[in-house]
Amino acid sequence: MEVRLRPGISDPQGATVERALPALGFDGVSDVRVGKSIRFFVDAPDEEAARAMSEAVTDRLLANPVIEEAEVRVR
Amino acid sequence: MTARIGVLVFPGTNCEHDVVKAIGSITADEGPASCAELVWHGTKSLTHLDAVVLPGGFAHGDYLRPGAIARFSDVMGALARFAADGGPVVGICNGFQVLTEAGLLPGALQKNAGLRFVCTSVSVRVCTKRTVLTEEVEEGRALLLPVNHFEGNYTCDRATLDRLRGEDRIVFRYEQNPNGSLDDIAGVCNEAGNVVGLMPHPERSCDPLTGALDGVPLLRSLLVAAERRASLPA
Repeated sequence: MEVRLRPGISDPQGATVERALPALGFDGVSDVRVGKSIRFFVDAPDEEAARAMSEAVTDRLLANPVIEEAEVRVR
Repeated sequence: MTARIGVLVFPGTNCEHDVVKAIGSITADEGPASCAELVWHGTKSLTHLDAVVLPGGFAHGDYLRPGAIARFSDVMGALARFAADGGPVVGICNGFQVLTEAGLLPGALQKNAGLRFVCTSVSVRVCTKRTVLTEEVEEGRALLLPVNHFEGNYTCDRATLDRLRGEDRIVFRYEQNPNGSLDDIAGVCNEAGNVVGLMPHPERSCDPLTGALDGVPLLRSLLVAAERRASLPA
């Protein structure tokens, strides 16, 4: 899953990366946002069950809903 | 009756001895009506205590997010019950982060603006005395307190901010914002004022050796609240 800051929440890491890019010659990059990628294996009977469990794990632990949102992908 | 103040210790907590020592020095000066003791995070009951402090540090290594894992320590269920029962609870720095992750205080602490780790002393204004940490302090008083954090940038949504302002729950504001915190917020409390979280470290401002004594009136307030609870009929 990908955990990232909600839109509107300031992202000092993203802003710092964005400020560094022109110095390296990369112009025209904007709206840089830095998030986290978290991967794990789930022992589940099917994809739906794996997704439900992963979303529960995300809601309870992996993302703080006050400042973060998460996107779960199962494959 | 002697009030018992529990200082919670998670793996990675590192300011617990400072808090115990600061409380010890205040009680030594003013009579031993309180005593502070360390409480391991695996503890499942806090009913023997009259106040609880969550000190600074890196509970559970701050992995994932500061406070994110600490929130699931055994002691946190007991802490929620203690707080709901009106028990005084103060979270300092990492302790504040734990309280927000646990939902005992609103909002969240983000990385500092500019990604700067701040380690300095700042002037902090006491905005309300309706809390267990400020009841003995004049409103509007400026206190010089050390800050020492990377994730102290308080944030919450607009509705929460309006509620905090309307309910007089912004307890401390920075005079010069060191971390980008919303509305210069350095500390907030719950509705009843018995749960307080703040980024500055009052326990590090309790000895002339470390430059200032402005943390003393805050911890003294906590001791007064603890002693009041200790004298309640069981």
